[in-house]
Amino acid sequence: MPTVPSNGNEAAERLASMADVTASDGALRRFLHGLPGVDTVGLEARAAMLGTRSIKTTAKAYAIDLAISMIDLTTLEGADTPGKVRALCAKGVNPDPTDRTTPKVAAICVYPDMAATAAEALKGSGVNVASVATAFPAGRAALPVKLADTRDAVAAGADEIDMVIDRGAFLSGHYLSVFEEIKAVKEACRREDGSAARLKVIFETGELSTYDNIRRASWLGMLAGADFIKTSTGKVAVNATPANTLLMLEAVRDFRATTGVQVGVKPAGGIRTTKDALKFLVLVNETVGEEWLTNTWFRFGASSLLNDLLMQRQKLSTGRYSGPDYVTVD
Amino acid sequence: MSERLSVFKTYKLFVGGKFPRSESGRVYEVTDSKGKWLANAPLSSRKDARDAVVAARKATGGWAGATAYNRGQILYRVAEMLEGRRDQFVAEVADAEGLSKSKAAAQVDAAIDRWVWYAGWTDKIAQVVGGANPVAGPFFNLSTPEPTGVVAVVAPQESSFLGLVSVIAPVIAVGNTVVVIASEKAPLPALSLGEVLATSDVPGGVVNILSGKAAEISPSLAAHQDVNAIDLAGADAELSKALQIAAADNLKRVLRPQAVDWSADPGTDRMTAFLETKTVWHPTGSLGAGGSAY
Repeated sequence: MPTVPSNGNEAAERLASMADVTASDGALRRFLHGLPGVDTVGLEARAAMLGTRSIKTTAKAYAIDLAISMIDLTTLEGADTPGKVRALCAKGVNPDPTDRTTPKVAAICVYPDMAATAAEALKGSGVNVASVATAFPAGRAALPVKLADTRDAVAAGADEIDMVIDRGAFLSGHYLSVFEEIKAVKEACRREDGSAARLKVIFETGELSTYDNIRRASWLGMLAGADFIKTSTGKVAVNATPANTLLMLEAVRDFRATTGVQVGVKPAGGIRTTKDALKFLVLVNETVGEEWLTNTWFRFGASSLLNDLLMQRQKLSTGRYSGPDYVTVD
Repeated sequence: MSERLSVFKTYKLFVGGKFPRSESGRVYEVTDSKGKWLANAPLSSRKDARDAVVAARKATGGWAGATAYNRGQILYRVAEMLEGRRDQFVAEVADAEGLSKSKAAAQVDAAIDRWVWYAGWTDKIAQVVGGANPVAGPFFNLSTPEPTGVVAVVAPQESSFLGLVSVIAPVIAVGNTVVVIASEKAPLPALSLGEVLATSDVPGGVVNILSGKAAEISPSLAAHQDVNAIDLAGADAELSKALQIAAADNLKRVLRPQAVDWSADPGTDRMTAFLETKTVWHPTGSLGAGGSAY
C-alpha cells in the first residue's frame, strides 16, 4: 500500500475505508480495546536502551541542526505580550545571530489571540505559525466554543492548530464523542480556499494514567484525521517521556502499515537539553525510520531546549564551552 | 572469630552538592610520598568540568544574594565541622605530603583558622574596598564590590590542604562560586573536604571539587565562556601560559601564579581579585542646590 500524507484527499479515503470501526461507540470501543496491551517493562527498557546511544562529532552536529529545525518554539503564558511574541518570532527565524548557518525553527507556537501577531512577524520567513486552540490547556469548554477558537486561529493566519482532546470524555469511555470532536476540529481547520491548517492532537499523556490508554488515544486520534499526535500541553507534571513518545511512534508506524497514512509525532514539555533531544531522535530513527526525520513529521514542543542546542552548536563550532550569557533569554 | 576486614573509602568528586564518580568512569592511583598506594581517586574529564560549571552557575544567584553575614556564618560552620574531623585530616595530610604528625596537625589547624579568618571578612570587605566617592556634582556616588561569578581554580600542587583552603575560601567568602581542580598528586584531603562542605550548610554547587590532571581539565575551564575568572595558583609555567591565552578569548579575570607562603597571614588580595566594583550615582536633589556638602 503506497504511503500518503495525512492531510490529503487520499488519506481521507483511506480513513473512510476504516469507517466500520468508527461507526458507533460500541464498535470503536471494541476496536480500541482490541489493540494489543502494552508491555510496560519492555517499552520502558527499550526506551532506556535506545537512550544510551552515543552520538558524537559530525553525527552530533547533524542531529543538533536537525533538532533545531524541528522545534515548535513555544510561548504559552498568561503574560504573553505582542512584543514578546515578536521577539520569539525573530529568534525562531534567526536563532543564533552570530552564526547565520544555524537553521530556522519549524514553527512558533502561541495562543490563538497572538496568532495574528506571529503571522505578521513571520511573513515570508518560512517559519510556520502554530496556534493552540480548543480551550487549551484544559479543553473544558463546549464544542461550539472550541470550534470558534479553532476558526479564529486559522483565520488569524495559523498554519498549524494544536488541539487538546477531552480527557474527561476519553477516561469515562466516551470514545466516539472524542472522535467526533477531533473530526469537527479538523473540519474547522479548513480555509476558504480549500487548503487546511495541519492539525496536531494533544492527548495530555500525563493525565491518561496508563500506556494502554496512550496507545488507544493514538489510534483514536489518527482514525479521526490527526496530522500529528502530540504528547502533552506542557502544563501538567508529567510531560513527554522517551517511553510515551516511543509508544506513540510505534502507533504511528503500525497505523501506516495498516492504512498507508503517514502521521507525525510531537513530544512536548520537559525536553530541555540537547542530550534529551538526541535521545528522541534516536527513538524516531529506530522506530519509524528516516522518513520521519524531518520537521514535516517530527517536532519538539519546547522553549528552553533551543538555547541548549545553540550552546552545544557553539561548542562544536568554536571548541569552547558556551554559556547562557551568549544566547538570548526569552 | 575471623579477623575483621577494614572498609576502604571510595573517594568521589564533589559537584553540585552531590558525590558523583567521574563521568568518564576513570580513576587513578594516589600514593603517599614514599610511593605506597593510598586510594584510587576519580580522574575527571572535560565533561566533569563542564557539569561542575553548570552546577556552579546555578548556585551563583543564591550564594551572591545571601547576606554577607549569612555567608560568614556558613564559612564559620565549615571550620566547626573541620574541627570535629581534625584527626582524619591530619592523617590524610601527613600521608599526602609526607609530613610528621605534628607538622600535619599544624597545617590542618592553620587551615581551620583560615576558614574562621575569611568567615570574619565576608561582611567587612565591602567597607574596605567600597565606599562613598567625592564627585564634582550634586550626587551621592557609591561604589560597592560584587562577586565576579563562577571562578575556576587550579589548586596548589604541594600544599594539598592548607593551600587548597587558602584559595577556595576567599573566592566563596565574597560571594563567588568555585570549580577547583585539586592537587593532582595529593587529592585526597580535597575530596574529603567535600564531605565537610556538604554538611556545613554550604549550598550545593557553591564549591565543586574535581580531581585529576590539571593539564587535561583546566584548558576547557579556561576557554569556557561561562567561567568568569580563573586562579592559576597551582599551574606550572607552561600550563599557566596556555591557560592565560585560552582565558584571553573571553576576557576572563586571571590571577597569575605567584610564590605564596601559605602559612603566612593571607591579606585581602585573594578576595579582591574576584570582585567587580559597581558604582551608582544618586542625585542629591535640593541638598546640592542648597549648598550642602553633598
